[in-house]
Amino acid sequence: MAFLTYIEAISKGMWEEMERDSSVFLLGEDIGEFGGAFKATQGFLQHFGEDRVIDTVLAESAILGASVGAALAGMKPVAEMQFSDFVTCGFNQLVNNAATTHYRWNIPVPMVVRLPSGAGIHGGPFHSRNPEAWFFHQPGLKIVVPSTPYDAKGLIKAAIRDPNPVLYFEHKRLYRHVKGEVPDDDYVVEIGKADVKREGTDISVITYGGTTHQTLEAAELLRQENDMSVEVLDLRSLVPLDKDAILSSVRKTGKVLIVHEDNLTGGIGAEVAALIAEFAFQNLDAPIKRLAALDTPTPYSPTSEEFFLPNKEKIVNALKELARY
Amino acid sequence: MATVLSMKEKTKEARKPRWSDLGLSSARLVDFYKRMLLIRRFEERAAQEYGKSKIGGFCHLYIGQEAVGVGAIEALREDDYIFSAYRDHGHALARGMDPKGIMAELFGKVTGCSKGMGGSMHMFDASKNFMGGYGIVGGHVPLAAGTAFGTKYLGKDSVTLCFFGEAAANQGVFHETLNLAALWKLPVVFVCENNRYGMGTAVERAHAVWDIYQKASAYDMARGWFDGMDVIESYRAVKEAVDRARTSSEPTMLEARTYRFRGHSMSDPIHGHYRTKEEVEEQKKSDPIPRFAEELLRGGILTQTAVDDMEAEIKAVVNEAVEFADQSPEPPAEFLHENVYV
Repeated sequence: MAFLTYIEAISKGMWEEMERDSSVFLLGEDIGEFGGAFKATQGFLQHFGEDRVIDTVLAESAILGASVGAALAGMKPVAEMQFSDFVTCGFNQLVNNAATTHYRWNIPVPMVVRLPSGAGIHGGPFHSRNPEAWFFHQPGLKIVVPSTPYDAKGLIKAAIRDPNPVLYFEHKRLYRHVKGEVPDDDYVVEIGKADVKREGTDISVITYGGTTHQTLEAAELLRQENDMSVEVLDLRSLVPLDKDAILSSVRKTGKVLIVHEDNLTGGIGAEVAALIAEFAFQNLDAPIKRLAALDTPTPYSPTSEEFFLPNKEKIVNALKELARY
Repeated sequence: MATVLSMKEKTKEARKPRWSDLGLSSARLVDFYKRMLLIRRFEERAAQEYGKSKIGGFCHLYIGQEAVGVGAIEALREDDYIFSAYRDHGHALARGMDPKGIMAELFGKVTGCSKGMGGSMHMFDASKNFMGGYGIVGGHVPLAAGTAFGTKYLGKDSVTLCFFGEAAANQGVFHETLNLAALWKLPVVFVCENNRYGMGTAVERAHAVWDIYQKASAYDMARGWFDGMDVIESYRAVKEAVDRARTSSEPTMLEARTYRFRGHSMSDPIHGHYRTKEEVEEQKKSDPIPRFAEELLRGGILTQTAVDDMEAEIKAVVNEAVEFADQSPEPPAEFLHENVYV
């Protein structure tokens, strides 16, 4: 057992999979000599060599398209988008080529796209996005969003072994701010399984990625100050969505707050809310509540960004409101 | 030092057919012709079936461009990869895919090569390394770099051939891919089928540089053009590029100068607002099929009887394909969810 940061856990997972399977290779902008913009692949080039750790040109469409082609030829590419925002340039490769190949032809496209995402680092409009909802709408892609080092390692390994194209969203703010126990052994976290990060009986919070930690802090604060029992369900995978875990938590508590860092409208929360309204309406003691980023681009100004994003205080207030209902 | 030939030798040299340096047997040459004819007849029939509403949606015919697909694909080995674009029936047939599976796909039947889920622009056969038609112009070009990378990584000497139209050469990803292929020395051959129109927009109105192959000069890539109405020239140019890719892992960009005799798809007329009837008629004089037939007849490689027999045989094959497609079952509803994920 090691005590690792979130980014170290991602690196460890990739390292182990590359040791295990020679068809796994990494490609992306500045991932080799530079070690990656966030250093997720530091030391990989020296160990695995330039055939398997490939510094690409700055061309997201070519990176993702070549990954699809390499997967068709029997390889397992792990492509890094330097920032998840940049995936826009390769959109067609994912939603048309990667996502529909098995549907059309029954052949797998085993590829992983790593997408460093999220705000709170003052990155401004083009370096702070949480673009998971764009892909959530596209059948054929799997989406995972780990929040802890344990899940980060287990999910990157599961993603690499999955025969489908998997988008792996990793929150930049968590990279070095979150640490945790990570087993040294070869474990995977099953894609499609949510995780109750905190048991509770009064209210459920359904969240994922970066806001999981703010939610856990809010839940602890409310226990201490208000004796509230908040359950925190971390989705971990968005596609497939763990509908059973969502519904069983809501059925237990009867009140639900959905939190995510992406913009509110058309976000993952909208689908989760619809699911609850459709299948657990009878169990609800209060209207479903959502908390997300404002429906604006991400502002650079640190004070504006704080106003834009969900945070612990906003979650606490939303939970208090729900408790009063 | 120049070789001195005797008069007799010179005469013999002059009488040699133009393909004498290519090592093609008479049987292969006949096969080139037969494949082109199959594509022509298949596409004519597809147009008829479209007219009868047996085929729906979008349908882009390869009529006029047969020499490009046949010549290029004949230059490949079975373990080489092929990517096609949206005008893909001809490429699929040239690769030897079963006409029944292609016609059934056009009919939207479960027996189609994409189980009826793809349609005209999604022909595919993994067993022939035919990695598909793609319906987004230029969007498939980087995939070819990917298979080329994969085969090179795995130590195989397979080559990837990627077809696309000249309009695709204006897409950003085309340039991204050429750069990548040149930089990584990938065994890939890009074959741009310049049929002069991107839908209804003429090359001159869409490209700052009209010699499409010259776009590869920006990447210092081997490049050239050939007469896409001539199956021998097509074979010759692509074979040379494929050999270079296989032996020295270097990419090539080729421009096939060709012409389509039908509209862009089934919904537009053969001529009209963007090209004149006279232009189409003039181009038809270089129809690759009669042009090659005449040459083979003249050289005694083909006889008129053999041509007639071939027509009858192909007619039967196409009839059989239509019959198969017509009688095949529709994809069942429960099938829809089956293949979204592995």
